[in-house]
Amino acid sequence: MQVDKNWTPTIVAFCCNWCSYAGADLSGNNRLSYPANVKIIRIPCSCRLNPMFILRAFQRGADGVILCGCHPGDCHYTTGNYYARRRMTLLFSMLDYLGIEKERTRVEWVSAAEGAKFAATMNEFVEAVTALGENKRLEDFRCKQ
Amino acid sequence: MQAVIKKKAIELLESGTVNRVLGWKAGEFFYDLTPAVFTTPEQIEKDFVYSVFSGANMSKYLIDESKKEGKVAAFIKPCDGYSFVQLQKEHRIVRENIYAVGLACDGMCDMREIREAGIKGVTSVEEDGETLKIGTIYGEKTMAKKDALLERCVHCKSKKVVDCDEMIGENGEENRDCGRFDEVEKLEAMSPDERFAFWRSQLSRCIRCNACREVCPACSCVKCVFDNPNSGIAQKAAASDFEENNFHIIRAFHVAGRCTDCGECSRVCPEHIPLHLLNRKFIKDMNELYGFYQAGADFESKPPVMNYTTGDAEPSIVYARGGDK
Repeated sequence: MQVDKNWTPTIVAFCCNWCSYAGADLSGNNRLSYPANVKIIRIPCSCRLNPMFILRAFQRGADGVILCGCHPGDCHYTTGNYYARRRMTLLFSMLDYLGIEKERTRVEWVSAAEGAKFAATMNEFVEAVTALGENKRLEDFRCKQ
Repeated sequence: MQAVIKKKAIELLESGTVNRVLGWKAGEFFYDLTPAVFTTPEQIEKDFVYSVFSGANMSKYLIDESKKEGKVAAFIKPCDGYSFVQLQKEHRIVRENIYAVGLACDGMCDMREIREAGIKGVTSVEEDGETLKIGTIYGEKTMAKKDALLERCVHCKSKKVVDCDEMIGENGEENRDCGRFDEVEKLEAMSPDERFAFWRSQLSRCIRCNACREVCPACSCVKCVFDNPNSGIAQKAAASDFEENNFHIIRAFHVAGRCTDCGECSRVCPEHIPLHLLNRKFIKDMNELYGFYQAGADFESKPPVMNYTTGDAEPSIVYARGGDK
């Protein structure tokens, strides 16, 4: 197989409005760098993440999806991220069960004060997905150019 | 058994306890029994059928039936009973309008299994203890009942009717060591590539007839996400691999924690896709991570996905579990 050296993955990061989105902002303010192929989508709470959003992202060309939310116990809505945690565990396990690389999905808890953690997480995740290569198992040819 | 049930149904109608009875009648063929509502003793005498093919889970029909005028009698097998309780927990059915008759059940049969055993031209099937007497156009044949059971009955999880007004036959017990997760474990032990190939070979047969959704007692939303034309989800035959994966992941996910593992999805699938393996994977994961839970086993407990503890496992536990590489 020919490997395209210039290929870079597309990463979709779902960020909680109250923690991780502010964390991303802070990492920018601190002039920390993370790859430009991370596309951030702001959601009101990590619990807002419908499993369908993740599958949709893969369909429309994402190579990796990461969910960032408040640390468990720190949810703006008190309990949202606890539910998100159970749901994502089950969903990732199901993706693995269907033979889809589990490394393409990830959950990280990033608070508003952790700008450095946000940048480091994104750098590491992009690296991991780059090593995996293109998303072939959950792609939709109709959405490819 | 059929005679006893018929007698009970007529008795309930004539005494005025109920004004209609939910039961089974023969569909196009004698083995494809269809749920039906009977309103007179004559209809019951003529059409009511209870045989080894009465596998259909009746609890979903009670959602609509229990909201009509008067009481309805329903015959509840143990696996229907779990869905029956689960629907009550979700306030989907009006319990006061139902007279539930529990049935002791020792397994239902699948016509596919009989055909696969090489018995063709079947005209009648009768139960005789442990064996099935099968009348065919080539003469009478016999088959052990245990070889013709539906998948869910092979690994019968419980013979206990959780909630009913009276019982026909003896109420049984739960059986937690029924081995229903064996197949799931086999799949988990495979490499991701093998699993991917397995599921492609299964899911690519899906014709999106939505039978699994229509029959599922847990899939009882008035408006389903897959029916929303604005959702951008294909309504009919899946156009790409993605749609197949998407539909089946989301279908199983939407019933996770509420699925009683009644196995109806696999029974009705015209393409014989083992859909119960997806549901059982979720059940197995929830049992392992959040403690044993059987949907519909009681009226109080909260489903694992509607509950949490502060010490739950992190999603990263998935990377460490199961067959890796």
